[in-house]
Amino acid sequence: MSHPKLAEEFLKDPERAKWHDETLWIVRKNRDATIQQIPEWEELRELGSQIKDHTLSKLDFYLEELERKATENGIIVHWAENAQEHNEIVGKILEEKHCNAIVKSKSILTEECHLNPYLEAKGIEVVDTDLGERIIQFLKQPPSHIVMPAIHLKKSDISEVFHRELNTEKGNIDPIYLTYAARLHLRDKFLNAKVAITGVNFAVAETGEFVVCTNEGNADMGVHLADTHIACMGIEKVIPKREHLGVFLRLLARSATGQSITNYNSHFRSPAPGKELHLILVDNGRTKQLGREKFRNSLKCIRCGACMNTCPIYRRSGGFSYESTVPGPIGSILSPGIDIKKYSSLPFASTLCGSCTDVCPVKINIHEQLYEWRQEITKAQGASLKGASMKIADTIFKNPLVYKLSGKVMRASLKNLPDKLIYNPLNTWGTQRNLPELPKETFQSWYKKNRG
Amino acid sequence: MQITQPHIGLFIPCYIDQFYPNVAIATLELLEKFGCKVSYPLQQTCCGQPMSNAGFENLSKGTTEKFIKDFASFDYIVAPSGSCVLHIKDHQPEIDNLEKNQKYVQSRIFELSEFLIDILKVESIQGDFPHRIGFHSSCHGLRGLRLASDTERNTPSFNKVHFLMKDLKGMEWVSLTRKDECCGFGGTFAVTEEAISVQMGKDRIADHLDKNIEIMVGGDVSCLMHMQGIATRDQNDIKFMHFAEVLNQALS
Amino acid sequence: MSSKNSILTNIRALVMEEKLLPSIPDFEVAPDLEAAFIEGIIGNKGEVVSKSDLLLLIEKSGFKKIYSSSEIFSQYSNCALPQKASEFAELDLAIIEGQFGVAENGAIWMDDTDLGLRAVPFITAHLVIVLKRKNLVGNMHEGYKKVGLAKSGFGIFVAGPSKTADIEQSLVIGAHGAMSLRVVLT
Repeated sequence: MSHPKLAEEFLKDPERAKWHDETLWIVRKNRDATIQQIPEWEELRELGSQIKDHTLSKLDFYLEELERKATENGIIVHWAENAQEHNEIVGKILEEKHCNAIVKSKSILTEECHLNPYLEAKGIEVVDTDLGERIIQFLKQPPSHIVMPAIHLKKSDISEVFHRELNTEKGNIDPIYLTYAARLHLRDKFLNAKVAITGVNFAVAETGEFVVCTNEGNADMGVHLADTHIACMGIEKVIPKREHLGVFLRLLARSATGQSITNYNSHFRSPAPGKELHLILVDNGRTKQLGREKFRNSLKCIRCGACMNTCPIYRRSGGFSYESTVPGPIGSILSPGIDIKKYSSLPFASTLCGSCTDVCPVKINIHEQLYEWRQEITKAQGASLKGASMKIADTIFKNPLVYKLSGKVMRASLKNLPDKLIYNPLNTWGTQRNLPELPKETFQSWYKKNRG
Repeated sequence: MQITQPHIGLFIPCYIDQFYPNVAIATLELLEKFGCKVSYPLQQTCCGQPMSNAGFENLSKGTTEKFIKDFASFDYIVAPSGSCVLHIKDHQPEIDNLEKNQKYVQSRIFELSEFLIDILKVESIQGDFPHRIGFHSSCHGLRGLRLASDTERNTPSFNKVHFLMKDLKGMEWVSLTRKDECCGFGGTFAVTEEAISVQMGKDRIADHLDKNIEIMVGGDVSCLMHMQGIATRDQNDIKFMHFAEVLNQALS
Repeated sequence: MSSKNSILTNIRALVMEEKLLPSIPDFEVAPDLEAAFIEGIIGNKGEVVSKSDLLLLIEKSGFKKIYSSSEIFSQYSNCALPQKASEFAELDLAIIEGQFGVAENGAIWMDDTDLGLRAVPFITAHLVIVLKRKNLVGNMHEGYKKVGLAKSGFGIFVAGPSKTADIEQSLVIGAHGAMSLRVVLT
């Protein structure tokens, strides 16, 4: 299905859609309130943008430095060209450790690689430990937002699934009660897991370390209790120096939720004594995107989700309407790079309002890339009905006489045709809107009479 | 550099010519009141935006070439539309044999409010306009041309249209709950994503209605046309005006 | 060709103009570091308490298992760091020392030398961090200058207790990590 159809479905429950819109708007407002308190906020964005631009322009250099330093620190570094290879690397480590139950903290990369179904097919129990992710795991749904995966669910939805899966009281929707139930349930998993998987927010080439940011502490509960920590990262997550973490940690949480910082920011440099630490560097289409000059910028993304919170379309259609691992504005410029046909409706699911670009902490020109993808997609689609009508439009606008005539005909038909004929199902504009009223003359004819 | 009696080429978007001629008349009269000589090239048609935003920038070459030819001879080109001006500055396909003229046109085209303030240096407009108004910040003008500060960034607060309207007697500029959310027009988006487009428009209207705003004032007729279409269908009690009409009316 | 070589080769095949790496300037910080820091901790749902308040709390709490690596509270410590982190599953209270705090957001830096066992700040039910007032810095840039290129195998900025808002955006303190964070400034 395409975005417009799924969006239409989403809006069929207007109350729920309004609730979804308001909920995400509040997150956007919280972000605004926080950033207004940082006088140097725009300068920070510029720094973040430039650091990422620089890094991408020397990506091979920094990835090699990262590997070298990380290896010196005792981290085992792996490289994966694609999702399949990434999954196989993880699977192999689990096999070596004779591990058949793992805990995993939030990693959009592992979502992208569809790691969970791969491991589950091998008989491995995968427990997603971020509360939002655990909830959607129970519901067999993908995340609808990259930072708040269960944002589309209400307390009552969660209460129902917890009653089913965790035996909580039926109908008890108290968030404290439900969270505590999840705490007990997941604590048991943490205490018994031998291998823990995390994502990576930032990897520092200079020191060979990487950082994981959470509010729940679930990433740390997993890795510090397990014997083996596997960290999965997209190659674009590398940054040059430790001091750059100062810039990104100031930008990340504020952009994401309006907090000044996440409560836990763990820097992993070496495995704890007697334990193992693995880092998997994953390409999966990133070098391809790097090669697309107009879309290279999209790799600066630090996965804050601010663009989703601010997007009036995302708020009113929900993450699932994009049908891509990363939804919303950033998803709409990343996904067509992976499959231009499947995701062709995404860059059009936008009014190009530009709000996403202005909230992006690393100044990705998202709305401009949406525009550029539209040009690519129509080229890829070749001749089409829309293309034919656009060519006709160009012909009309190219020739003033033709324009005047077609305008005249259109205005005459609007004046003389009955409403029924004008407002029929084929006229989408008229489904919920009136056409503008016809003035008695065009500006052109007024001008000729009064100034000509 | 101010030219005495600048010769303005008036660019009027196609839908304004066809459906909202009063906005064009108001723009022309306003510019004349500020001492400009205004010409409206009769052969003009369109800036090419509809094609480009639909993904067919390469097909809009004919329209673009015509635009450049029509407007290259003026001191300035002024349009009562942020989105058209932005398109011409940023998204026109390059026309090889008209490079010099194209660059000229792109450097001399202004949206009405930025022209009045930045070029004509208008400081104050005196007149009566005793109405409760809500200002709709059209996105291309706002985040493209930076005609006002947006709520997304931490920058000094300003709004060019507010600056022009600030001294109108009796005018109440009412603060909105969502100060610069998009109305949902978006060109072909209005038709291809009709459900969301209409919902966004309704939400903007509701933000005005619940504050008892009489008139929604904006700088882009495309947005106003979309919301007026919804408001008239839903029989909402609110009027729509382009700020050119407001200022011209106040100065009459 | 190995995946590593394949990926690096693909990158090197691209002709990309090198973009300049900016240097990070000094920014103005809060005039009153302590006040800003306290505001930060409270904003993150932590608390700043006095030593005497904490002593009172410990006595009233009925906490059975307490671990303290802080000299000031050593008399309350009734267990030693275990070999296996899971042995601390029933730990009620951990009192550890932080190296420095960041005023702009209440973040406190600690590394392996302060934690002893990495799981401590997470597995404990309640966490107290003791911090010297003079060890407050203005912002994260100053913080990372202080960390320098120190080589601990693990370091962390802790800024509050474990929390989540994943259930319909209702804030709940105490998800999987410590259910409270109290900071004692000395």
